[in-house]
Amino acid sequence: MKITFPHMGNVYIAIKGVLEDLNQEVILPPRCSKRTLEIGTKYSPESICLPLKINIGNYIESIEKGADTIIIVGSNGPCRFGLYSLLEKNILMDLGYNVDVISFDPPNGNYNLLFKNIEKITGTKNMYQVLKKVNIGKKILKDMDNLMDISNKKRAHAYEKYKVDNRMNSFYQSIEYVHGSNEILNLIDNTIKDISIIEENKEKDCLKVGIIGEIYTIIEPFVNLEIEKKLGHMGVEIEKSLTPYKWVEHHWGKGRLGIGEEVRKIKEAKPYLSTLVGGHGRETVGSAVLYAKKGFDGIIHILPLNCMPEIVAQTILPTVEKDYSVPILTLIVDEMTGEAGYNTRLEAYIDLLKKRREHANDKGILYGS
Amino acid sequence: MIKGYYMGVDVGSVSTNVVLLNEKNEVIFKKYIRTQGKPIIKLQQGLKEVKDFLGNDFKIKAVGTTGSGRQLAGTILGADIIKNEITAHAVSAINFMPDVNTVLEIGGQDSKIIILKDSIVVDFAMNTVCAAGTGSFLDRQAGRLGIDIKEFGNIALKSKNPVRIAGRCAVFAESDMIHKQQLGHNEEDIIRGLCEALVRNYLNNVGKGKNIKPPVVFQGGVAANLGIKEAFERELGSEIFVPKHYDVMGAIGASILAREEVKKTKKTKFRGINIADINYKIKGFECSGCSNLCEIVEICDGSKVLARWGDKCGKWTNAMDLDDHKLA
Ligand code: SF4
Repeated sequence: MKITFPHMGNVYIAIKGVLEDLNQEVILPPRCSKRTLEIGTKYSPESICLPLKINIGNYIESIEKGADTIIIVGSNGPCRFGLYSLLEKNILMDLGYNVDVISFDPPNGNYNLLFKNIEKITGTKNMYQVLKKVNIGKKILKDMDNLMDISNKKRAHAYEKYKVDNRMNSFYQSIEYVHGSNEILNLIDNTIKDISIIEENKEKDCLKVGIIGEIYTIIEPFVNLEIEKKLGHMGVEIEKSLTPYKWVEHHWGKGRLGIGEEVRKIKEAKPYLSTLVGGHGRETVGSAVLYAKKGFDGIIHILPLNCMPEIVAQTILPTVEKDYSVPILTLIVDEMTGEAGYNTRLEAYIDLLKKRREHANDKGILYGS
Repeated sequence: MIKGYYMGVDVGSVSTNVVLLNEKNEVIFKKYIRTQGKPIIKLQQGLKEVKDFLGNDFKIKAVGTTGSGRQLAGTILGADIIKNEITAHAVSAINFMPDVNTVLEIGGQDSKIIILKDSIVVDFAMNTVCAAGTGSFLDRQAGRLGIDIKEFGNIALKSKNPVRIAGRCAVFAESDMIHKQQLGHNEEDIIRGLCEALVRNYLNNVGKGKNIKPPVVFQGGVAANLGIKEAFERELGSEIFVPKHYDVMGAIGASILAREEVKKTKKTKFRGINIADINYKIKGFECSGCSNLCEIVEICDGSKVLARWGDKCGKWTNAMDLDDHKLA
């Protein structure tokens, strides 16, 4: 059995680690590229949202590398993602691919099927063993989030920003050649060490921007045209409202107990949007409020064209923008997105934030506030 | 005494504009050249004209570039600042009218709206996907009607009964216009209808949700069109100001910004007017280093590579000298 799965930010690193620890063979989909998107666009319904197109591209490229089993997460959330696993299965079948598609849907009271699937993928009946590995997977995600944070901060402050890029590139290249969670965790540790010693300007007071929006578009760098890197090169520090670890923590950790950041977001969103609109629409609004309250200089909202929950959020954000007087930039991505226009918007937005800050500082001096 | 000037260059997909400003930020030279897909040659042509115009005793004190070809032009010139179009347009609008609150900018290929408060940009939007709110929409319809685009606006002003043209999309607007022609509407009414369709599209697509407050400055190539100006005035219910140099505002902004930059750095990076005579070569190639297949652009002066960009991983740009990194 050669297992593959779609890309979603750094999630693949954790799944690889866990499955390899359980002695399964993993075929990593090639990193998302123009080709991935081209293949996906060709075989997906035209008006479906972007993530599905990229998923399809990922599967086909993995199958080319020899994968014969695909794992997908299902969902019954009220947005199109709930139908992804079914739709994807059908598209692959129609194309005549002879692969086993296993979807982990949340059980409808029937846990048997779920356990059977877990058993099939992990190759063990020992659920205790599986749980132990899942915990290691969580640790990998947490460490990856940490690595991303460190590298993003460093990029904003470093004198030679490209050194951070170089180190991260070689990290992603090496990931394909290490095996199992121990080696992965070591590699992450070493990368963090290497990045930490890159020289930086500690005094520089960087702009801070919060990135909010649809989870897939904000965590998958190919889809958001590497926004983290771009902003870093402009000397901007970023924080993302959703990351793989935050997601896991909410669904399998603190969130279950009704505490944690996601719960807080829902609370902050309440005056603007009090009900579930699918996906993370409500959390997007809440995140905007949170970042505004934390005094971020700006907020960037990214969504795939057509994404229904985020469109709801988009229509509400101008009110948040006004209430908290924080500029919010919305970027919509799909397979037609041109990089030149995207960059121009980003640059102009950062100019705007810089001017605002200077202006505020001037006023501060003048009026002594 | 040797005179000093500030140069601004706006390299867009349709036109390449070069301006020179004096110490008072007044335009003393401007040149509007069609880019025609040859940005480097056109830029060099512009420089030659600058040289002819200035003679011998002059000094370029700062250079700024903007537009979609800003990086390329900035590399060739040794620009002191390479700025996005939105900031550049805003800066020159402020130079024209310090208390401006709204800038409408319509060029050939794209259009923008910029909202300002106390001379700082507080909001903006641009549209590049759809041509319905841009100048090329008018160009095309003028061509269809066999009318010189320069006459378009004047003809529109004659109309008493504008025809409503469905203009959500340039393609549909065209078929609707043909339909209206076949119904026998006269030319000026149709033309005014087209101007109104463009303004409607612009306000619905680009200006949607924006807080449009007077004073409003209208710039970009389309601002020459009186029909459009009037349609905006009707739609917004306020006077619209068109700067004298409406068509090169981006370049003006770039030169003002360059001047400010050099005030800080004390020294221009301009590589000299003689670069007009150098034989630059641009090479484009697809990197096969990984599945990204980035299109790398390389610009050379003889055998010396001046700059590279386009790679996602930094493999090519990082191979350059440190100083050049910023360009990528
Ligand atoms: S430049 Fe780098 S990222 Fe782009 S195709 Fe080559 S190796 Fe891949």
